[in-house]
Amino acid sequence: MSERVGSKIYIDVGATFSAEGILRPKYLIWEDGRKFEIDRITKIERCATRKGGGAGIMYLCMIWGKPVRLFYEENYRWFLEAE
Amino acid sequence: MDRIILHSDMNCFYASVEMLHHPEFIGMPLAVGGDPQARHGIVLTANYLAKKHGVKTGMALWQARQTCPDLIFVPPRMDLYLRFSHLAREIYRDYTDRIEPFGIDEAWLDVTSCAENMLKPMEIAERISDRIRYELGLTVSIGISWNKIFAKFGSDYKKPDAITQITRENYRDLVWSAPAGDLLYVGRSTSRKLHTLGFHTIGDIALADPNLLERIFGKIGLVLSAFARGEDQTPVAVDGDASPIKSIGNSTTTPRDLCNNEDVSLVIYLLSESVAARLRENHFAGRVIGMSVRDNGLYTFTRQHRISIPTNISDEIARHSMQLFLDNYTWKHPIRSIGVRVSDLVPDHYCYQPDLFTDIRKRDKQLKADIAVESLRSRFGHDAVLRGRMYFDRILSGLDAKAEDHMIHPHSYFEKGNQVLNSENKETKHV
Ligand SMILES: [Mg+2]
Repeated sequence: MSERVGSKIYIDVGATFSAEGILRPKYLIWEDGRKFEIDRITKIERCATRKGGGAGIMYLCMIWGKPVRLFYEENYRWFLEAE
Repeated sequence: MDRIILHSDMNCFYASVEMLHHPEFIGMPLAVGGDPQARHGIVLTANYLAKKHGVKTGMALWQARQTCPDLIFVPPRMDLYLRFSHLAREIYRDYTDRIEPFGIDEAWLDVTSCAENMLKPMEIAERISDRIRYELGLTVSIGISWNKIFAKFGSDYKKPDAITQITRENYRDLVWSAPAGDLLYVGRSTSRKLHTLGFHTIGDIALADPNLLERIFGKIGLVLSAFARGEDQTPVAVDGDASPIKSIGNSTTTPRDLCNNEDVSLVIYLLSESVAARLRENHFAGRVIGMSVRDNGLYTFTRQHRISIPTNISDEIARHSMQLFLDNYTWKHPIRSIGVRVSDLVPDHYCYQPDLFTDIRKRDKQLKADIAVESLRSRFGHDAVLRGRMYFDRILSGLDAKAEDHMIHPHSYFEKGNQVLNSENKETKHV
């Protein structure tokens, strides 16, 4: 279930851990309940977001040809920046 | 060669973290403080806009609201600030392992060895400042100098979001012309005394006869004199996380011999609580749990067990230790002494792979319970909160497990000095 906190939208994410301990998101559930596979991750970096209001590890995910900034907050929660 | 020391100070730290998390408050004055509904509490930090309207750290909340009617209050969220404090330290660690925190939002960094790799001090400071802005969304003021005192002066010199380098060429202009009270360790009362004696600037202290200062202020007079001339040699302490601590353990010889599993369990829990607390203090978790036993004869044994998920939770440490004990001890003799140790340490924010059988929420709850107990104990003493089993034998459980400290920490004289004198200093400065 998704949850809006200020300008952040916490969402359900499916992710894998590799044997080396690398965490990678695989799909996410949009606020409206639709499931989207992540086709490709083009960038992973630690960064803050003024727009979303927070900081974490940002996965730049390609979904249906569009870039989506997905943040891992390191408290087992993932969020998107609200438009 | 001179050392290169940075002092990094996150600007209006609590307020800045809150501003980052509340984009809806952009352009508004904000203060972090106790519950504004309850009519008590003070301003812990205010953002620059609130400060411009006259809101000051330490002000009563009602007073702050009078000064600035549009002021937005938010209650403090220490766990969030601690997270950002850790994240900043992670960045610092990319440049040095000599990191000495000074409160939650400030730290000294000795980057001398980093500078040997062709990086100019100014470039290192700029990189750190840029990364903190980009990765944490916060600004810092950084001072650069060859000693800790002037580095700290430099970070206070210009705020927010600034870098000031105090060199052998400019310190007489920048530092010596500043009021005596701007020198670290000069608190309000010392500053007043200096004034009445005609020492108004840091330069006045630097140029005064050190023996005269010693006669007036005692030992601290000599210290201030050296500080003012930039002669402080105090090293930047090595960061707890990066220091070569291999394990954290605790052992105790019990006031009476232990005769059964219940006795042992009680002491193991006591030791595990102290080990878990010490792990958390140093931001560690460990993957190997060990326990040792000495009986009242000559027999001793040590056993250890590797676990899948690093822990600093007292209950987990105790349960694994107890299992090791049950698996290995046959009760031929009563027991004289017991030890618990956690090794193979990793930073406590280490990202682990939970297995199917791990209840993450339960672990979080246990961790929070541990932290709550520690905070009660730090305020009211160890006996303020005890596990139920401790009441079976108050002589055994009355052992002060923390007193037998087996871990060596690099504490210097001045580090202690920092803490003592800083409490006076902090009153006059913002958080
Ligand atoms: Mg600060």
